[in-house]
Formats: sequence, structure tokens, C-alpha cells
Amino acid sequence: MREVKQKDELAPEVRPEILATTPVWQHRHILDLDDFAPAEIELVLETTDAMKEVLSRPIKKVPVLRGKTVITLFYEPSTRTRSSFELAAKNLSADVISLSAQASSTVKGESLVDTLATLEALGADIVVMRHSYSGAPYIATRHMRASMVNAGDGWHAHPTQALLDLYTIREHKGGFKGLKAVIIGDIKHSRVARSNIWGLTAMGAEVSVCCPFTLLPAGLDVVQHHFPKVHIEPEIESALCGADVVMTLRLQLERQQSGLLPSIREYVKLYQLTEARLAKAKADAIVLHPGPVNEDIEISLAVAQGPQSVINEQITNGVAVRMALLYLLAGGSR
Amino acid sequence: MANKIIMTAEDIRRTLARIAHEIIEFNKSTERLILVGMRTRGVPLAMRLAANIEHFEGVKMPVGALDFSLYRDDFNSLGLQPIVKSTDIPIGVSDRVIVLVDDVLYTGRSARAAMDALIDLGRPQAIQLAVLIDRGHRELPIRADYVGKNMPSARDEKMQVQLKEVDGVDEVAIIPTPPVKEESHEGS
Repeated sequence: MREVKQKDELAPEVRPEILATTPVWQHRHILDLDDFAPAEIELVLETTDAMKEVLSRPIKKVPVLRGKTVITLFYEPSTRTRSSFELAAKNLSADVISLSAQASSTVKGESLVDTLATLEALGADIVVMRHSYSGAPYIATRHMRASMVNAGDGWHAHPTQALLDLYTIREHKGGFKGLKAVIIGDIKHSRVARSNIWGLTAMGAEVSVCCPFTLLPAGLDVVQHHFPKVHIEPEIESALCGADVVMTLRLQLERQQSGLLPSIREYVKLYQLTEARLAKAKADAIVLHPGPVNEDIEISLAVAQGPQSVINEQITNGVAVRMALLYLLAGGSR
Repeated sequence: MANKIIMTAEDIRRTLARIAHEIIEFNKSTERLILVGMRTRGVPLAMRLAANIEHFEGVKMPVGALDFSLYRDDFNSLGLQPIVKSTDIPIGVSDRVIVLVDDVLYTGRSARAAMDALIDLGRPQAIQLAVLIDRGHRELPIRADYVGKNMPSARDEKMQVQLKEVDGVDEVAIIPTPPVKEESHEGS
């Protein structure tokens, strides 16, 4: 009832449009894509189109988030995600504060919950957090009223990366229905892979994963009710056969010490995305990588910089996607 | 109470023909003009005006679409998010005369937001405003240069503009206030 009243106070010429939007967006936080309906993902992608137009202007700034405070809180290092969020917030005229664990009271022993209480008291409207523990942003939402955006938690989820991947794929392929997507690399430790599996399958793409069995998450090979169905292809050539979208993941080199890989050389030999292997995919297949790239390890330099690579577009689209998400989150009433 | 139809398809057609003539007359030439429709229903209106001007003068007019959601002054109080669509104006606005086109002029807040959005894209030589309906109740010092129909209305009435391109039919109607009883059930 309250919302209906507010609408009536608006200029009526804009009313039909607003009414058309109400049922779609329900999120106060962005934690993972597992609770996103296809219509919500579509709304994010459409809003991103509008934000991309803003980015194409000579003055890339719109006033919509004036007076809102966005705080980025990073417990893990990051170049592109963090700068992408900060640029996105600034393009929307929000005030941005960036905190990193190394330079904050965390080194004095302040707990996550205490830090969040401080951010809340400072007047944060949206907190963008990256944390090395899976689930940390979920705990955080119980201790503050601000909106939480998960910028990567442990091995669990990286929803904004998945959304920018989806946007980049949609730009090239027009849609998702019937697309064959292959994710190659360290699936087990990859939050990017998990969020992408949720997003891609929700939008109707068929997803295969390709990796050594030691890097396959436990239980992915059995049919589960709580996780989308993916195909497991241990062999890279057959995985790539007929693929429309090839997603490579960063191999965290420290994994080799943990005994999961016999050697990096063997991994390179069996799983590196090379031009010869990429030729098995469709001629118009696109190659994605969430960055930063280990050159000539998970992907050959020739492919990473080749004509099918959309790695740099992913970075540009990341700003637009994050603008769309901040816009959608900030619009909700508290 | 039934909806009161105040403009039929034929009325809308004649009115848009008149406004097109007024735009040509007032500006003396169409050389530096761009017609920019305010989303959603301003866009088809701008296209129809452009078609009329082309018919009368034989010149093809540039037509753009403007989304001003990111410039609204009520973003915080909405409680929901207007869908943002792309702004799409085919040529630079600097040193051009922009005719903003919308269906209804009411408080003037949309026109204010649209002007801010335009000015962020460059420095137009002038901005003019064309509307199909002016229903009064301005809250800002804004007036239209071209008005299809002045239609004084009560604040609690709804002005419903329907256009073929969006709604499948051309019609302007006033929807009277629903009885109080009905409203108390709404949204509960």
C-alpha cells in the first residue's frame, strides 16, 4: 500500500514504465547467482546496455547515486574487480571509500563483524566485499542494513564476474539458449566457475567442465538436486568439440605445491588452451578468461591475444555491469 | 465511472500535423533541428513528428531517444527501480536545436531531468519542448513550446496516453479516481 501511494505522487507520465518493472528485481544483496531468476539476469543485462551507453559518452558520469556511499572492503588483493567497482560507483556519482585488510584495523585484530558495524556507522549504503572465506558475505548481511555485494568469497561465488561474462557472451552470441559453453581449468578452487555454472544454466546454455580429476569439485559428477547439471569432460579436445563459448580459468600456481598436480608442465601439456585445440570449437567461438592470465600456462599467449579472445571486452563490460548492479541495489527503499 | 476519451486517433493525427507545422514555422528552418523523444511514449511521437516534417518539407529529420531515469530527482523515494534503457541520439547535440518530445507535461520534473540528461551530452544551442497533453499542476518553472491539447485535470485523475507503437491503439483518456473503498483494498 505504501508503495502504491508513493507511485501516485510521481509524475504520471513515467508511471506506466515503473509499474512494468516492479515484480522483477527483488534483491537487496548480490551474493551469488543461485537465487537469480532468468528474468532478473535479463534485467541486469538490459540495464547494463544503458550503462554501456553512458560509458561511451565524453563525460562518463550520471547523477543517479548522488549522496550514496559505496565502501569496498577487500580482504584479498585485486586489481580489476576493485577498480571496476570503484569506477562504476564514481560514474554514478556515489561517494567511494576503499578499505583493504592490510591497511585497516584488521591488522590490529578487529573482527569482520566489528568492521562492518563501523562501516554501517559511517553511513555505508552499499558494501562491496571480497573475502577469502566462503560464505563471509552471507554472515555479513546478518550484521548490517547496508546492501552487500559479494566481490568473491573463497571458492564459493563471484556473481559480478559471472554477470559480466554473461553480458559479454550475449553481446557476441545474441542469447544463451542452446549455447555450448566449456569451462576449462581449476574448477575446484574457482568461484568464477561456480557462479558461471549457475548463470549459464539458468539462461539455458549447456555447460561442460574440463579439468584433471584432482581439480574437480567433489560431487560434481553425481546428479544433484541443489546444483545445476554440468557435463564432465576430462579430455580437452572432446570438451572443445563444437563449443560456442570457451572459458579458461586462472591456474593458481600455488596449487602445485599442494600435490593436486604432478607438475605445471604436465598441466600445460594436457589442458592449455592452444590455437590447435581451439580449432576444435566452432569457428566463431569466443574465449573468456577472468584474469589475471598466467601467460602460456592455462592459455597460450597467441589465443589470449588472438581474434577470438574477448578478455579485454570482459574488463570494459565489468564496469558497465557493476554500474547496473549498484543502480538496481540503490533504488530499493530500506 | 467510465474513462473519458479526450483524444481519438484522428485527433492525435491532426494535432501532430499541427505541431510539426509549428516547429517548422517557429524555427524558420529545419536545418539544425533534432527531435528527441523522451522514453517511452515520447519516442514514437518524435518519429511521427519527423515523418510529418519530412512530408511537408521534404527533409529527413534526425530522431533520438532519451532515457532520463538516471537524472530523476525522486530516485531515493521511489522504492523501486525504473528500468533504464539506452539513450540513443544519432548525432552530437552541440550547437543543435533540440526539440524534446513527450506525451504528457505535468509537474515538469521529467522535463527537468531530460534537460539535465541532454546537457550532459553536449551544449545544445537551444532546447524546446513539445507535448501532446499539458495537464497543468507544474512544480517547476517549465513550459512547453508546442502543446497538442491543454487539458486541466485534477491531481488524482490519471491521464492515459496510448500509442499504436507501444499500446496497439491511439487514444488519450482521463481515468477518474477510483472510489475510496476499492483503493483501501489495493496493495494490501
